[in-house]
Amino acid sequence: MSLSKIKFDKKIVLSFWIILIALIIAAPTLLPVFRLNLLGRYLSLSIVALGVDLIWGYTGLLSLGQGIFFALGGYCAAMYLQITSSSEFPNNIPEFFALYGVEKLPFFWEPFRSPVFTFLAIWIIPALVAGLIGFLVFRNRIKGVYFSILTQASLLVFFNFFNGQQKLINGTNGLKTDVTQLFGQMVGSESMQRIFFWITAILVIAAWFFAKWVVKGRFGNILIGIRDDEPRVRFTGYNPVIFKTIIFSIAGGLAGISGALYTVQSGIVSPQFMTVPFSIEMVIWVAVGGRGTLLGAILGAVFINYAKSLVSEALPASWMFIQGGLFILVVTALPEGVLGWIQGDGPRNLLQRFGLKRKIETYPSLEVNNKEGNNE
Amino acid sequence: MNNKDLLNLIDITVSFEGFLALNKLNLNLKKGELRAVIGPNGAGKTTFLDVITGKVKPTKGEVIFKGKSLVGRKEHKIARLGVGRKFQSPRIFENLTVKENLEISVTTPKSPLNLINKSIKDEQLTEIDRLMKIVNLAQKVDSKAGSLSHGQKQWLEIAMLVGQKPDLMLVDEPVAGLTDEETDLTADLLKSLSGENTVVVIDHDMEFIRRLDSNVSVLNQGTVLCEGTMETIQKDKKVIDVYLGRPED
Repeated sequence: MSLSKIKFDKKIVLSFWIILIALIIAAPTLLPVFRLNLLGRYLSLSIVALGVDLIWGYTGLLSLGQGIFFALGGYCAAMYLQITSSSEFPNNIPEFFALYGVEKLPFFWEPFRSPVFTFLAIWIIPALVAGLIGFLVFRNRIKGVYFSILTQASLLVFFNFFNGQQKLINGTNGLKTDVTQLFGQMVGSESMQRIFFWITAILVIAAWFFAKWVVKGRFGNILIGIRDDEPRVRFTGYNPVIFKTIIFSIAGGLAGISGALYTVQSGIVSPQFMTVPFSIEMVIWVAVGGRGTLLGAILGAVFINYAKSLVSEALPASWMFIQGGLFILVVTALPEGVLGWIQGDGPRNLLQRFGLKRKIETYPSLEVNNKEGNNE
Repeated sequence: MNNKDLLNLIDITVSFEGFLALNKLNLNLKKGELRAVIGPNGAGKTTFLDVITGKVKPTKGEVIFKGKSLVGRKEHKIARLGVGRKFQSPRIFENLTVKENLEISVTTPKSPLNLINKSIKDEQLTEIDRLMKIVNLAQKVDSKAGSLSHGQKQWLEIAMLVGQKPDLMLVDEPVAGLTDEETDLTADLLKSLSGENTVVVIDHDMEFIRRLDSNVSVLNQGTVLCEGTMETIQKDKKVIDVYLGRPED
């Protein structure tokens, strides 16, 4: 049974939202700046996780290259911040250019002087790149593990390219944003970070609603159809290439927004955003949280990353084992992820095992459905 | 070939690395006809459907449907031209409900923009209700298709096929695994669909084919061995040799 089928009391839903909004407003005063900043960063990661859930959980496309689009969004934001804060540097261009003897701004930096262009570029450029890669791959009917390998290979291509371009984008050092200025304030300052936290929280909720809207109804059903039986979708008269390209492009756009928010809150964007392990981690967040649940992707991203920072503070170097263990646990014991397990019959089965709940005597769905019927 | 024909297969040859799955197969279907196709295993029955629906491109030959060539067209384009297919094992979307399955089939136009922007049209909802009544699934509207029994799955897939409103319905082994009663009902359903639609049924079940009371094409080694009514083909010496078997003396 999926979450959407469970009918929540309206009052419960309303109080949930009131508490959530109150927490978001109060978080900056409740949490120390350091923790608030971490929470903001992890919330921004949940947006890329939503995209992974759309393409993997719903459509069955396991992309190991979401880091490309995440980094592209980050670079767009960082380029704008660097260029608008470069008035006191030689030639009025970002400081790092001087290190490599570059005197003229590379042409593709020019449009990033405009805040409007940057605002659009943050999500449109990653979406376009994803759409292009996706279309070429899907048109040739590359799927399954070959698709995963191809996305990982593309990730490495982008990683190596960005790493090597010192004269264009400061190569492996990346672009710093924390000492740049935005609206007359330093981006790394406490007050700015607080605003970024709020923007992130709002955008996570917006992205969540957007993703829910995308998978709701017939469009989402076609995505599930493609995941479960693509040839059947084709023989029914739908062109899966278009649907897959659209959803991959949407996931790319979400990754871009996520990357931009992450960049301004962590203070730097660098090719490290496009390392292989980071993109695999994104998949792990969704797998642990619950594939095809959307909310599971958000919770997975936030909780795993928060756990990562807490564990790393207490027991350095042990995190990789815990993360690996989590993944093995999910693959072997909770294939639907934690949220999928809760929504399914997981808790009931567990209680039964310890004799705390009456066993179902007939066919499960029959008994459960009858109960619902009696209540009405 | 004449103008009343809906489908012409002309000298279709399909070669899988030298193995001839179909060998100069010729077959013509009139509009509104119900046609049964039988043949021993490996005779090329499923490949024959694959060629029409675009899954397999013929090595040689031509497929003409409503006066247009289908060779080289993509599967979804052929489906939109009006060719519907039911697969051998029921292929429905198990994680979607019965209603959602039917929505997918009746929706037109099948573009992403239409699906995401607009809600389903009223006449399509009426059509879904009608289909669910025909195949006795009205009680199961909101059940996951995966929870249906085998027979119900077969019928849901037939309902999805009808919902697509194809001019040509290709039905591959619709009664595999069904009870006798369900088999009879399926035969009646398919018979009632012909006339308005053109239906091709592939099956092994001779009782079922007899009940369809239609023209029969016998396939063997990738080519049409014999065509005619059930009585004619049962007397045909070639058919008896390769397929029906001689009555034991």
